[in-house]
Order: sequence, then structure tokens, then C-alpha cells
Amino acid sequence: MQQITLTLPMIRDMELTASKTAGALGEHIGMSRDKIDEVRMAVVEACINAFEHSGARKREVHMRLLVLGEDADPRGLEITIQDKGTGFSHTEVVVSKKPTEPQKRGHGLRIIHGLMDDVEIQSDSDGTTVTMTKLR
Amino acid sequence: MTETLKLTVESKTGDVAVIYTDGYINNQGGEEIARVAYELIDSGHKKLLLNLAKTKIVNSIGISILIEIIEKMLEIDGRLAFCSLTPTIEKTFNIMGLTQYAAIYSDEETALSNLG
Repeated sequence: MQQITLTLPMIRDMELTASKTAGALGEHIGMSRDKIDEVRMAVVEACINAFEHSGARKREVHMRLLVLGEDADPRGLEITIQDKGTGFSHTEVVVSKKPTEPQKRGHGLRIIHGLMDDVEIQSDSDGTTVTMTKLR
Repeated sequence: MTETLKLTVESKTGDVAVIYTDGYINNQGGEEIARVAYELIDSGHKKLLLNLAKTKIVNSIGISILIEIIEKMLEIDGRLAFCSLTPTIEKTFNIMGLTQYAAIYSDEETALSNLG
């Protein structure tokens, strides 16, 4: 089982480092260019949500990238983005029909759901974990 | 590591201008596009085309700023359009609802023939 773990400081453009790492692993398992780009965009949004909205005192994000399936026949990528912030309730996330309206997390989560094959979000007062899957 | 968006502007015939982006459209990039767009509006351009051929990543904050520019263009009875998007950026624009407000064209030539 191939996996990468990273701890990223919440500083400007660090989401691009996360995105490039996910893209490199996608290339390694032979994912198509369009799917790699979708993974990269979803990773950017998950990181930005953590950076902007987590309220974490420790300004870092933990990322795990896991190749699904056998090494010789990978099925896809599972990517986990975790912060140790204050968490949020799904009822707080109201996605406005008007994208310019300020809101917490809503736009990013909508993009993540739209680009990835499966998305699970766990959030409580100890932080938020977003787990995203993209099949090859 | 930072990635600064680079912009180039070309005025075309009539009141059309093209803004070429090169790099990541995040909040800073979006604000820079807005600054350039509003300068073009003030100088009489009512039709703007954003050519995103050299942009591979955008984020939701950058897209929100692009939609603010679209709303400004609609207020002045102008138009903002996009061309040369990657499939993923086009899909993301659709998810964000941006395509309700602005046209997307496959290439600059097609866009200019429709805008002009």
C-alpha cells in the first residue's frame, strides 16, 4: 500500500504544495490528466477551507494520500485533509445560489463534491477531517 | 512558496479588450483581475474577454471575485466572457454557477467573433 503523509503550515499558497503532491501521485498511478486536475482542484479547496475557516490554534493541516488497490493495479486515490480546529455543523453551511455572498466553507465543499467521486466529512470540536476519493 | 498571477491586456477593435491570465487565480489573483477589469471599464471597454489558456488552477475565492466583475459588467450593460479553459476549470465554473452569468468559448477567435 503506497501512501504519503504531509503536515502543511497554514501559510500563503501552501494549498498548491498539497495540490502538486496529489497530482504527482495521480500521475504515478496512471490517472488521466483531467482526473488529476480535478483532484488537484478539490485538494486546493479542502486546504483553503481548513486555512480560512478551521479556527485552529495550531496553524497546520495534516494530509494523507493513499493509493487504493494493489500496487500493481491501483484503483484510485483517497485523500484526507485534517485540521485541529473548532469544527462546524453541516447546518451552518448554507450554499447560497449567489456565489459572491460571503459564507463559511459552502463554495469549497460544493466544488469538492462536484469534482470527486466520494466525499466524507467528519467534524466536531476537535477538528474537521475531509476524506475524498477519486477512482482511476 | 507563492505564485503570483501575471496579466497581459490587449485592446481589440471597438470596445472589446482581452485579459490574458498566467498562473493561479486565488484571492490576490482575482483582485488583480478585478483592478485591471475596472480600469478597462473606466476607459470605455464594455466587453471583456478573459483568456485563461495559461491558468491551470483557480479557487472558489478567485471565482467569487470573477462573479463580482460579471455583476459589474451587467450593471453597465456590458459583457464578460471566458475562453480557453481547461475542462476542470470549466466544470468548476459550472459547479459555482458562473456560467449562468457569462459565456464560455473554446478559443479566443470564437469568443471575439461572438463578442464583437
